[in-house]
Parts: sequence; structure tokens; C-alpha cells
Amino acid sequence: MNALVPLPVVIPLLGAALTLMMARKPGLQRTVSLTALTATLTVSAALLYMTVTDGPQIVAVGGWPPPLGIVLVADKLAAIMLVVSTAVTLCVLVYSIGQGAADGDEETPLSIYHPTYLALTAGVTNAFLSGDLFNLYVGFEVLLVASYVLLTLGSTENRIRAGTTYVVVSLLSSVIFLSALGLVYAATGTLNMAQLAGRFDELPDNLRLLLQGMLLLAFGIKAAVFPLGAWLPDSYPTAPAPVTAVFAGLLTKVGIYAVIRTETLLFPDGRIADVLLVISLLTMVIGILGAVAQSDIKRLLSFTLISHIGYMLFGVALATEAGLSGAIFYIAHHITIQTTLFLAAGLVERRGGTTALDRLGGLAKLAPVLSILFFIPALNLAGIPPFSGFLGKLGLLQAGVDESGGLVWAVVVGGVVTSLLTLYAIGRVWNLAFWRKPHPDMPTVEDEADGSTILLPKLMVGSTVALVAFSVALTVVAGPLFDITSEAAADLLSRTPYIEAVFPDGAP
Amino acid sequence: MTPNLVYVIVIGVLFGAGVSLLLERTLTRILIGVILLGNGVNVLILMGGSFGTPPIVGDDPVEGMSDPLPQAMILTAIVITLGITAFLLALAYRSWQLLGHDEVQDDAEDTRIIELAERDEGPHAKEEESDDDDLPNPVYDCPPGKQVRR
Repeated sequence: MNALVPLPVVIPLLGAALTLMMARKPGLQRTVSLTALTATLTVSAALLYMTVTDGPQIVAVGGWPPPLGIVLVADKLAAIMLVVSTAVTLCVLVYSIGQGAADGDEETPLSIYHPTYLALTAGVTNAFLSGDLFNLYVGFEVLLVASYVLLTLGSTENRIRAGTTYVVVSLLSSVIFLSALGLVYAATGTLNMAQLAGRFDELPDNLRLLLQGMLLLAFGIKAAVFPLGAWLPDSYPTAPAPVTAVFAGLLTKVGIYAVIRTETLLFPDGRIADVLLVISLLTMVIGILGAVAQSDIKRLLSFTLISHIGYMLFGVALATEAGLSGAIFYIAHHITIQTTLFLAAGLVERRGGTTALDRLGGLAKLAPVLSILFFIPALNLAGIPPFSGFLGKLGLLQAGVDESGGLVWAVVVGGVVTSLLTLYAIGRVWNLAFWRKPHPDMPTVEDEADGSTILLPKLMVGSTVALVAFSVALTVVAGPLFDITSEAAADLLSRTPYIEAVFPDGAP
Repeated sequence: MTPNLVYVIVIGVLFGAGVSLLLERTLTRILIGVILLGNGVNVLILMGGSFGTPPIVGDDPVEGMSDPLPQAMILTAIVITLGITAFLLALAYRSWQLLGHDEVQDDAEDTRIIELAERDEGPHAKEEESDDDDLPNPVYDCPPGKQVRR
């Protein structure tokens, strides 16, 4: 029993309620949101420290012992996810405050923004901490409903169009998830994950395969895995820059987290490993081919996001300690990098007036700081040594090479090709937006001088700098971090630490 | 517990009707589809538990009680469906306000890229011609069927 465990869910929820009451006092709202997220980050860091030193921390909500009540479990995987995701959400919040201040709040009704943003955070942390499948579903719904609101902020025509696709697809995945839960409960009589781990082993193989397939389908849609990810590039880019950034960083990763959790804890037999390998290969290659064809930075980044989900899925499909460890490291890296790139794209949009590549140019000369802020995460995403992207990919590919089998080798080759194509896609953005002659339609320094716009607000640049620094720090601490992810992967594979934390006297 | 055939048929009909409505283009029909699907799932969850007397300790023997957990889950699911229904209605209304209909539309950027691919041009074919903005955008500014090939 550890009282810290529920706090990452409770603090943002309380913050959401408080900010909702302060709708007319934007200054107070900002203070509350910042305080809430900082506190969440601190608690998450403490939890990570505790899980590394003492093993998984649990709390039985309401004092009901498991499996009667809902249990929240923070193991190493969940704690790593918590720390990285709350650090990223905090930076994005600062960025959005900077943007709101610079815009004069004309487009986004800030009074709704803060409560929704905090509710989104609570949903994400709840999904990470949940030790119960139904509570995982509730976490998903909280974050999804918050994301519906954030995606359609201001309800302009574009956002309504994009939001409709997003809402309908998400609803479909929720329905599949909920039906799977109904069937799981009917088959096993429980939804507590630690208890399910034992009960699933007793089920007939075909029934287990059906349940596994339904859960994977539901999580696959949320994680935007090929061929279920076509909704993502249509919906994400229309949202305000910070919203897109936080969605890109977190939402798909929550899906991947759920895949890792269920595949390792509930279905450890690896019967569909080959299917997962094929899907990961297709996700990588088709995603990046989509990115190469794009002419808008935000859409291009959305496709690289889908593509790199394939790497994480590859690690899950391998189901070895090295593979899972690589996947967890890659998630931590990718949350940070993808968010940073979208924030940088938001800065490009401010400075250049657009993210369409054919109407940008010369940014390297006009805004050298911005180009550095784009350049470092871009190289990191493409996997150039010595950055964490390179280390993550190396770890995953190394794990693949250790395995025998033609299919694994095909995915390894696909991973290398994807990495090169990412470099090409990012290089194209660099050539078109940062080199060339400046486009005549772009805002100029004179526009800023006459007070009509602020080209690069300090707070926005500052928070992007912080995230770039965080991503570089991930590279610097890659050694210790890899040690933690390896331990996390070993725990996931052996399953006992998780189950014993929930049921010290053995699962009923 | 053996499944009750009536429930199975009800679930089948709700799911079938819900899915076919979900495939429609109008948001209102999609919304009705979502509601039907949601109810179908609720009945499905209900079937997962045992049926019997009210689950109140002291009134009846524990063995004959119905399982309260699926009912608690259904309550949660109903609340979530309610919220989402309200949101979808708002979305449909706003879409009608802005566009005069509530149909789910194709993505503009997708359409543009498909058209570019059909004409076998890269998205940056304009680049070589310096920055001439007065020329019509080959996709948007020309009437259909009269696209200029440059």
C-alpha cells in the first residue's frame, strides 16, 4: 500500500475541477495547472525511484482488497511512462500558455483549455497506473473525451471535419474494447489483470486467441498501427500546435503501452508473434512512404509518428528481454522527440505563417534559434548517432539480430530502410523550409515591429528549448535508463513481480 | 450459466443495426448507430454475469444472487455513452451550422495529394518556376475537367 500511487490521477483531476471554477480568472487558472502538473511530475519521479528500489507499488482503491476493488499498480514500466509523459505535458502546457499570451486568446477559448488539458493528463496517468482492465477502459475514455474537446477547440470548419473522423474512429475502438471486456468477464469472471494472468492460462486456446485479437484490435486503433492508423494524419494536424504535440506524444503511446501490458501479462505465449512482426514491418514502411509524399510539415510528422510506432511494435513482437527493453526505451525517446518536433512545427507556423512546405523558405537565416530547435530533434528522430533515436533503434535492431528467422530479418531490414527514409523526409523539410529563398508571403521583421504579431514568443521558444534539452538528456542518461528498461522488461516477462505485488498470498 | 437465446438475438440485432448505421455518411445516423452499439455492448456485458436474486446480503442466500459487477460496469458505460452522445450531437449541430449538412467529409489534403499523383506531379512541381503566386493553383483554382498542365 502506497499513498503516492493514486496521486498522479487525483492531482490533475482536482486541478481540472479547480480550473473549471476559475474560468474567469485566466491568471489563476495558469498557476493552478502549472502547480498541478509540477506536483504530478514530482510524484511520478518519486514513484519511479520507489519502483526501482523496492519493486512495484500498489494501492487498493477505497480499501477494497483485490480482486474485489480496483487496484492501481505502478511498476517500472508504468513509472517510466508516467515520468516521461508528465514531463512532456508540463512543457507543452508552458508552450501553450506562451502561445495563448502571444495570440491574445483569439482562437482558443482558454477557459475550457486548462480543465480539459488536465483531464487529459488524468486519463493518461490512469491508463498507465490501472491494474484492472475496466479501469483501463475508463482511463482511455477520460483521455479520449478530453481529446475530442481539445481537437475541436474553437470549432472551426476544419476542426469539425477532422474531429468527426477522429471521434467516430475512436468510438469504434471503444466499442470493440468494451465488448472484449464483456467477453473477458464472461469467460474468466474477473477483470483484475493480475488475476486474469492466471485465469487466461486455463482458457481454451481458441477462445484466448479471440479475446487477444479483440483487445489488440481496440488498442491497435488507438496506437494507429497499420492498417488501423489512417485516421491519424487526417485529424491531428488541424488542432492547435500544442494540442497536436501532446496528442502525438502521448495518445498513441498509451495504446502501445496497453498492447505491451496485455501481451506480456495476459498473453505471454507469443502465438501471434509472426502477425505482430508483419504488422510492425508494414506500419514502419507504409507510414514512412506516406511521410515522403506529404507537402505539409505537420502532416509529414504525423506520418513519421505512425511509422515509428512500428519500431515499438517490433520490440513487443520479439517478446525477448532485449526487445521489450528496446521498445520501452524507444517509447520514452519517441514521446519526447515527436512532441518536440510538433512544438518546433508550431514555431515554424508562427514564424513562417504556415506549415505548407511550398510557402516556406529561408528559415535557417531568418530564425537561427528555431532552426537549431528543429534540427536537433529531427536528427534524433532519424536516428543519427549519438542521439537517443540511434540508441533506441540500435537496441531494437540488435535484439532482432539476436533472434533467428527470416521474418525477423525482414523487419530489421525494414527498420533500417525506414530510418533512412525518415532522414530523407526530414531532409526534405530542411531543404524546403529552412534553406531556399524566403517566401514573399512570410511575415517579416517589420510585421513584428509594427506590433501586429510576435514572431517567436519567448515562452514558446523557452519551453521548446526545455524539451530539446530533455531529449538530449535522454541521450546522456541512456545508459542508466537502459538498465531500468531492461529491469522493467525482465519484470514484464517473468510476470511474478506484478502478480505478487497485487496478490502477496498468491492469486485467488 | 448457459446463454439466453433472446439475449443473443437482441445483441446480434443491435450490433448489426449499429454497424450498418455507423457506415453511413451522415453524423446523425452514425450517432444512432453508436447508441445502438452501446446498448448492444451493455446487454453483452450483462450476459457475462450470473442471474438471480437481488445482490443484497441478508435477504437471500449468497449462492442464488445475481452478479452485481456487470451491472456496475454497465452503469459506467451508460454514463460514458451519454456524454459522447451529447458531444456528437453538438458536433453534428455545429457541422450543420457551418456547412448546412452533417456529412462526414473527405480530407482536403488527401484529395489534393491523390489528384497530384494522378497528374504524376510531385507536390513541389511549382518550385522551379520561382515564386509566382499569381498563377492559378493547379488544383484549387481551375474548374474541374479544365486543369492546366504546366
